[in-house]
Formats: sequence, structure tokens, C-alpha cells
Amino acid sequence: MRKVLLIGNPNVGKSVVFSRLTGVNVISSNYPGTTVEYSKGYVRAGNERLEVIDVPGTYSLEPNSKAEQIALEILKDSIARQNGIVVNIVDATNLERNLNLTLQLLKKEIPVVVDLNFWDEAKHLGISIDVAELEKILNVPVVPTCAVSGEGIKELVHRLPEAKVTNYHYREGERWHEIGKIISRVQKVSHRHHTFLERLADASIRPLTGIPIAMGVIYINFKLIRIIGEGLIGYVFEPIFEELWAPVMINISSILGSGGFIHDILIGRIFQGKIDFGQSFGILTTGLFVPFASVLPYVFAFYLVLSFLEDFGYLPRLGVLADKMMHQVGLHGLAIIPMMLGLGCNVPGALATRIMETERERFISATLMAIAVPCMAQIAMIVGLVGKYGARALMLVFGTLFLVWLTIGIIMNRLLKGESPEIFVEIPPYRIPYFGALAKKLWMRVKAFLKEAIPFVLLGVFIVNILYSLKIIDFLGKLTGPVIKSLLGLPSGAVAALLVGFLRKDVAVGMLVPLGLSLKQLVIASVVLAMYFPCAATFAVLLRELGLRDMVKSGAIMIFSAILVGALLNFVL
Amino acid sequence: MRIVKDLTQMKAGEIGRVADIQGGWGLLRKTDALGIKVGTEIVKVSSQLMRGPIIIRVGNTQVAIGFGMARRIFVASREG
Repeated sequence: MRKVLLIGNPNVGKSVVFSRLTGVNVISSNYPGTTVEYSKGYVRAGNERLEVIDVPGTYSLEPNSKAEQIALEILKDSIARQNGIVVNIVDATNLERNLNLTLQLLKKEIPVVVDLNFWDEAKHLGISIDVAELEKILNVPVVPTCAVSGEGIKELVHRLPEAKVTNYHYREGERWHEIGKIISRVQKVSHRHHTFLERLADASIRPLTGIPIAMGVIYINFKLIRIIGEGLIGYVFEPIFEELWAPVMINISSILGSGGFIHDILIGRIFQGKIDFGQSFGILTTGLFVPFASVLPYVFAFYLVLSFLEDFGYLPRLGVLADKMMHQVGLHGLAIIPMMLGLGCNVPGALATRIMETERERFISATLMAIAVPCMAQIAMIVGLVGKYGARALMLVFGTLFLVWLTIGIIMNRLLKGESPEIFVEIPPYRIPYFGALAKKLWMRVKAFLKEAIPFVLLGVFIVNILYSLKIIDFLGKLTGPVIKSLLGLPSGAVAALLVGFLRKDVAVGMLVPLGLSLKQLVIASVVLAMYFPCAATFAVLLRELGLRDMVKSGAIMIFSAILVGALLNFVL
Repeated sequence: MRIVKDLTQMKAGEIGRVADIQGGWGLLRKTDALGIKVGTEIVKVSSQLMRGPIIIRVGNTQVAIGFGMARRIFVASREG
């Protein structure tokens, strides 16, 4: 089967074109480097079925980051097999810069179609491009599209079979000169006034206005996440579980004879004839309550807010403002993207470290994220557990984690060989998010959470029950008790939470509930659980991204620093 | 009068043409990828505090450039 490779500069809308062509949904955002893995789908052109590949964005055919390297390998492979077509997606609002890649692609022995995306936006900006003339010069089909609304996609599919290896030639080393000539022939720019969004964009990266804007944005978003999350829990999910699900559980409990092995695994403990969704710890009670009623509302709220910021184009600007701070930990501003994604779930956070250029930066960012950036599932559980003691208690947990992030980052930056490069990144224009695209992205992320979380949570609850009934927890508790008690000041029962934390952090935090811990113990346990090791899913990705040697190094840092920080907290608090 | 200065010395809003990029292969490759080369017209948008990144506009794109790199990109300023 022939392959269609979608190749273009970062942030030209390749993933949107991909979704439109194949009907397969992939995450797209308004910043360079959203796609770090490639996705596959299929499209029918005439009576031929073609495989479509969404390739990470690249500015040129000389790679600057791991994601760009992946793009290049896919292209090389396709040229070698002689079964590929390149759809070169070009940002029509930035034709000159984008033609740089186009001209490099045209030198390769592979058929090309050029897609002029953001066609409507170019028109709004007063840019007019003579498509017929461009097609004549480049000698390959050129199709204007507006992928978010779907305009021009049919035409693009229709013309796929016309893709060809061009006979257009230019001398290497004269590329920019050649591009200049093309631009002067096909593009006209008429003068226009700055729009409100452009002025807002400028204001948000001038330090005097940008820093207050950033603080405002962060404050408002935290507030929004809390209001939406708490609202959904208090008014929707808890009532559903308490009013509708609890009676069903009580019925099942009595059918199962109010006790016994199967009863305890499915329903768990009954407290004075009632289900306690926090403490019963059956698969059908706590096992469902944790992912749906405790975690999902916050995950939903977080992704709603994050997706809006992403599509609006705010994140790279936040990165520029945070650049100085990130340099202290051996990273640059763009590394806030893996950190922000990690707050949702560490798995995409770990993948996003691919936008960093060097191995050193990837190691530092992945390690820092895994240690000190708790995922939303864990945050939600900590908020539920520690939040009862007020905002100051929460500050203690998250403030500690931030200090840990900073301290370990500074130490790694000092000790690790090499230097980290400076920031050099395109800042996309602000764009008003497209409601449909936003809703779709939110749904994909929530679905991914449910798919990832529910089996692991249920498995976690199941394992907990088995371990308890086989007295393995008691045994491990006695074995590790001295360390956990004397160093961390936690009861030996906490070892069960640490054990389950390898699998799933939200369940692990949930297991602290029945232990009746003091505030100090809760803070220590929450911090240690966040730091000591990533959950199974994150571990798998990190191992793949870092390789075994660096994973061992990273893991050692995690375990060592978790014990150190836990002991320190135990001593200080 | 035209004066050559580096990106960090420009004021916000100043316009100029790139006159020289004094960097190794790495910097040249990065600037080339974003269409910043000798002769390109750029507008300085802002600079962050304490030697933070410099933001310039090239064509329709804004680019954030670390301070150290920005010091190696020289511009013939229109205002001087």
C-alpha cells in the first residue's frame, strides 16, 4: 500500500489535516511540537486506499531535536521503499519560511503535493498568494486548505494521485535567494492594522505586562479547575454514588451473605451497615469511586483548561517568561510543556520531553517531572485527603514538591556533564480555539484517562485485597517497619500504599485514608508517594525514552531523594 | 545613519536588517530553519528581564531567542 506522509514545519496544522483526511483523531494544539510520535490512518483517493502518516513537524531536513529526527527517518525510509507520497503542509501565513522545507523536499526522489493551510487566516492577514503561479513554478500540485473547518480537504484528496517528482531545479546554496524570487512572483501583502489578539500577544511577552498576565492566568485557571472539579464531585458524582450506587451495593452485599472472600473483594468492608466509598476498598465500591468520583472531575477540569490554553497559544509565551527559572535547573523555557502535560498525566509528559534538543535536557526534564510533578489523579486524591486541613496543609505538600523540583534540578544541572542549549523557538500567534476541535481533544484525553486508569485502579484494589488476605502486607510491614517508622514516621501499614504506588498513585493515596494518619504523616506520605517512583504506565514510557542505563540513574535519584525528603520532613515538621 | 548592533541592544519596536550571524554551525542551522539570515528584515518585540530571551518578529512569525544567541546576531538598525 502506498503511504502519504504529512510533512511540514511545526505548528502548521498537520495533525488537523490528518484528522480530516483519515477520521482518526489525534491531539493538536497551538504550539510547535505537539506531535512527537507518529500516527497512522487511512484515506481513499479514487479507488486506491492509502496509508496516511502524521509526521512530527520539522523546519528543515537537518534535524534539531529527537522529534525532527523521527520525521526524517520516516521520510528516508519511504524514499528507500519508493512507495511514498509527501503532502507538504505549508503555513500560508508564513510562506517564505515554509518554502525552505518545501524546496528541500522537492530535491528528494519522492512525489510531492503542496497543501497551503491556514488559507483563511492568510486572507484575513491581507496576504494573497497566486496558487496557479506557485503550482507552475514548483511543478507539483498546490492546494489551498483551511483544515480546521475542512475547506479544501476534498480537493487535496482528489489531487493526491497527481503528486509527482518535480523537474524544478535550483542550485544548492542559493535556496533563500530562490525563495525570495518565488515570493516576489506569487505573494502580495496588503497593509493592515494590528488586531486585538496581536496586541494581546505582544503584551503577554513584554515583562512589564507579561508577568502580571501570567500570574493572572495561572490564578484564574487554578480557581477554575477547583470550582469545576469540586462542583462536579459535590453536585454530580458523590450524589450518584451515595444515592444510587450505595443501595445497590448494600443489596449485593446481602446477597453475597455480607462476608466472605468474594464479598470482600467486590464490596469490601461495611461500616455499621453502610458503604464507605473511601474506606470499603472493594472493587465495585472504592475501585469505582476513586477513578469516577474523586479523580475524573479534576482530570476533566484540568484538561478543559489546559486544552484551551494550548489551542489559544499561551503555553510557549509562559515558557519564554519562565525561561530564566528553567535555566537554573538546566532546561529552557520550552520545558514547561512536558511539565504542564505531566500535571495531567505523567505519560504524555514523558513523551513531550522529546521536544528538547539534547539527551541531557531530556534526562533532566523526565527525571524532574517524574519526581516532583504529581499527575492530576494523584493531586485530586491529595486534595481530597489533605485539603480537609485547609489550604495551608495543601501548600505544605505542593510547596515541598516545588522546592524538591528546584533543588534536584539545580543539583542535576551542576553535576551532569555538558551544557543545555538556550531557547530558540517560534511563538505562534494567538488563535481563538475552534469549539469542535477543543471538545474533541478534551473527549480524547478523558477517554484516554478512563482507559488507562480504570483497569489499573481495579487491578490495584484487587491486589490490595489479595495481599491483605494472604498477610503479605503484614509481613512486609514488619520487614520495612523500622525504616518507615523511624525514618519517615509512618505506621507500618503505609508500606501497602507504597507497594500499590508502583502500579497506580491515586489508589495508593486512597489507601492512606483508613490508616487514620495525623496531618504531619499525611504530608510526608503524600510527598513520598509522589516522589519515590513513577507509576507502572509512566515507568514503561520512561524506560523506552531514557534507555535502561539512564532509567536506573533516574530511578536511583527518585528513591534516594524520596527517602531523604521524607526523613527531612519527619524531622522538621 | 545605520548602526550595526546585536539583538540585545535593540529597543522594542526597532526595525533592522540582519547584517551578520556570528555563530557556529548549530546557531546558523537554527536561524536558517526559521528564515533568519543576512538581509532578513526583523522587528524587535521585547526582551525579558535579567538577560532573558529576546523576542523578534520575522515575517509573520515571532521567535524567542536566548540571550547568548541574540548577542551573536547583528542587525543594521534603521533608526540608529
